[in-house]
Amino acid sequence: MSVLDSKIPKGPLKEKWTNHKNNINLVNPANKRNIDVIVIGTGLAGGSAAATLAELGYNVKTFCYQDSPRRAHSIAAQGGINASKNYQGDGDSDYRLFYDTIKGGDYRSREGNVYRLAEVSGNIIDQCVAQGVPFAREYGGYLDNRSFGGVLVSRTFYAKGQTGQQLLLGAYSAMNRQINRGKIKPYNRHEMMDLVLIDGKARGIIARNMITGEIERHSAHAVVLASGGYGNVFFLSTNAMGSNVTAAWRAHRRGAYFANPCYTQIHPTCIPVSGDHQSKLTLMSESLRNDGRIWVPKKKEDAKAIREGKKKPTQLAEEDRDYYLERRYPAFGNLVPRDVASRAAKERCDAGFGVNKTGQAVYLDFASAIERYGKEKAFTSGNKNASKEEIIKLGKEVVASKYGNLFDMYQKIVDQNPYETPMMIYPAVHYTMGGLWVDYNLQTTIPGCYAAGEANFSDHGANRLGASALMQGLADGYFVLPYTIGNYLSDDIRTGAISTDSPEFEETEKAVKERMDKLMNANGNKSVDSYHKELGLIMWNKCGMARNAEGLKEAIEEIAALREDFWKNVKVPGTANSKNAELEKAGRVADFLELGELFAKDALHRNESCGGHFREEYQTEDGEALRDDENFKYVAAWEHKGKPSDAVLHKEDLVFENIELKTRSYK
Amino acid sequence: MKLNLKIWRQENATAKGKIVDYPVDGIDGDMSFLEMLDILNEQLVEKGEDTIQFDHDCREGICGSCSLQINGEPHGPDKLIATCQLHMRSFKDGDTIYIEPFRAKAFPVIKDLIVDRTAFDRIQQAWGYVSVNTSGNTVDANTIPVEKEKADESFNAATCIGCGACVAACKNASAMLFTSAKVSQYALLPQGRVEATERVKAMVRQMDEEGFGNCSNTGACEIECPKGISLENIARMNREYLAASTKG
Repeated sequence: MSVLDSKIPKGPLKEKWTNHKNNINLVNPANKRNIDVIVIGTGLAGGSAAATLAELGYNVKTFCYQDSPRRAHSIAAQGGINASKNYQGDGDSDYRLFYDTIKGGDYRSREGNVYRLAEVSGNIIDQCVAQGVPFAREYGGYLDNRSFGGVLVSRTFYAKGQTGQQLLLGAYSAMNRQINRGKIKPYNRHEMMDLVLIDGKARGIIARNMITGEIERHSAHAVVLASGGYGNVFFLSTNAMGSNVTAAWRAHRRGAYFANPCYTQIHPTCIPVSGDHQSKLTLMSESLRNDGRIWVPKKKEDAKAIREGKKKPTQLAEEDRDYYLERRYPAFGNLVPRDVASRAAKERCDAGFGVNKTGQAVYLDFASAIERYGKEKAFTSGNKNASKEEIIKLGKEVVASKYGNLFDMYQKIVDQNPYETPMMIYPAVHYTMGGLWVDYNLQTTIPGCYAAGEANFSDHGANRLGASALMQGLADGYFVLPYTIGNYLSDDIRTGAISTDSPEFEETEKAVKERMDKLMNANGNKSVDSYHKELGLIMWNKCGMARNAEGLKEAIEEIAALREDFWKNVKVPGTANSKNAELEKAGRVADFLELGELFAKDALHRNESCGGHFREEYQTEDGEALRDDENFKYVAAWEHKGKPSDAVLHKEDLVFENIELKTRSYK
Repeated sequence: MKLNLKIWRQENATAKGKIVDYPVDGIDGDMSFLEMLDILNEQLVEKGEDTIQFDHDCREGICGSCSLQINGEPHGPDKLIATCQLHMRSFKDGDTIYIEPFRAKAFPVIKDLIVDRTAFDRIQQAWGYVSVNTSGNTVDANTIPVEKEKADESFNAATCIGCGACVAACKNASAMLFTSAKVSQYALLPQGRVEATERVKAMVRQMDEEGFGNCSNTGACEIECPKGISLENIARMNREYLAASTKG
């Protein structure tokens, strides 16, 4: 076991990034023209990195599995993006954003990285506004903010419930400008199948053209992986159907360490599962917790009657409702961080208070918000003696203007009107804090291979705060990577173009083709989805919101056995040389079957509870997570050694010089 | 629910396609339309047949990948949704459902129900952006106040998901709604005004080159648009284009 060097610059926290930038090697514009960079993924991190690298002068090739870069899953982010602008004058600052993020992450992230994130956050908003991103505004024409979980200030910028869409389209427009200039060459409907290493450095990729099935070689001086997270290892998640771990996992198999795979975010406000046919879960933005109150019936018999359809939630009197978050966490109430809110929902449902047919749901109720807004609206519009009906009508209008699209979405899926009856929600897998280990420069343990956005592990510790994923993706892509990658590439100004006619490309391509042949020829009788669903169930039941040693040990064995069975009995119809969704899925599920095991192994080794990782053996008397800073204040980075069970642990000790480690309290 | 599906199968861009019958059973009203297709595909895998290829990804109506023509309507019978948000409760037991790809000269079929929509990308590449550098610093965001009404209108135009339903709905396969939404988003904001003249000319030029038809003025695009992008955008683009043309 070695100790990993995070390369965090020396000096005071506030000066680290500035000093680092001042001391970084630069590449002159003429030389940049001779350097190629490959970017995998075109979401917020990949899209913004590609645009900026191209603008700086590098030759960029982007790869995405979708038909257009604009469809990357960042598009689905709803609530907003944090920035420490302090436009509201409510006491926000870079330090407070930094502090909230470290605390929210349960003290399992790096101070240096997180401070840098807070420091560049304001610049992201400036940049996006300049690009024409239509953020929500107040009547005075200035930008509006709202509040999110785990914080006491309003620092979230938003564009209704479609902030991710607007930011991604901004990054996509910046990409388009560079595509038009010929500086970015987009390879859409292309999937990275493997990473090519020459002399230990990342020098290119093998990709599959998903229309023709052709296996292609692409070389570059550096490869940026911005391929997103691995939440789909659970089969059911809020991720897009195609979201996958393959690019990151292939790099892991080639030598990039994989950090903290067990840190997974289970988002508290998703639409509950409706049946076995379910293919994915839909998130209801956390912003709803600003105004919605979460509750379950106080009495078990009421919960039972509701489950059986004999009672309606609206029939329950105020005193028969348990607003359990407000009860347990009076200071933060419904705005506790996601991990806390999710576990609390699970606790109530496990105890028999759940609603919905399945008993796996709690209420998110807007009745009091409707009334409060209605009164305010009536008052400000001069109607000082408004009737109850008038108030409710006005209140519904206000709520619709804030969350209309989310309410519509809910109604379409569940077939119930959330203006009239409380929404039903339940936690679902949403985001993965773990990912490829990177140093301060966002470089993985493979020289020349970088990871950005959700694909890396760096900024969120064991739990991510709401509206911080968009911030990190764009920070990495617009403001961090373009600097730090230059330091590495400055050694490559004399290298010249990298040939793809090398034995390394040859061998890697051969391995890719053999793997695909193996999948095509397994000739079993079980579909890829059936394996994926089986894996998902193991993950959800044994590596989900609560884990214990026994279950994790079982999961490790079960996943290994499932993987073996997969390679023998999977059935992939069609051909390899045309569009074949089954083959695409098969390759991704094969990688999930390896990652899943490492995930469980990581969760088993971490004998503490922190953030999204909750081990039942380690909890306080009142059921809160019990951290063990003495033994686990480190990043667990796993080195691939043939198979997940043989993976070797490397530790990066987390040093806290500016923040005192405390038990996280939201009470 | 039992359904009789009639689905367009086409091996590749040059092959001749045809409608193939697929009866399905046990469909539940709570399933989404794409989950219904998943079930059919699962049955095809069991039989060892090539599955039906269709574009889809986020399955929550925002990525714009899904693109089915269902009983002749882009994204099916319900309004203001993409195919992935269509639920089977919108159909009845025994229904016959025709499922085809979006039809337009500028959207050639790739395989089965998948079409090539890169023409949309190229329209945006033509000038669907503000020419601001993404490296380095710009001015503080609040130094550019924007009238709320304009910002909201710009946002509404910007919610286009680029699915192509407008083209598929139009008898002329026109891309006016798509292009005008992007032109409008920028035209309504001070940041976008600077290049408005060149932008509208470049994007319209590209749109024409891609082989999209002229606006039919029937408004079918607005009706079928899953995001309710308004026809007003087309009017605005026409005004912008006229103004730009007179400037020369």
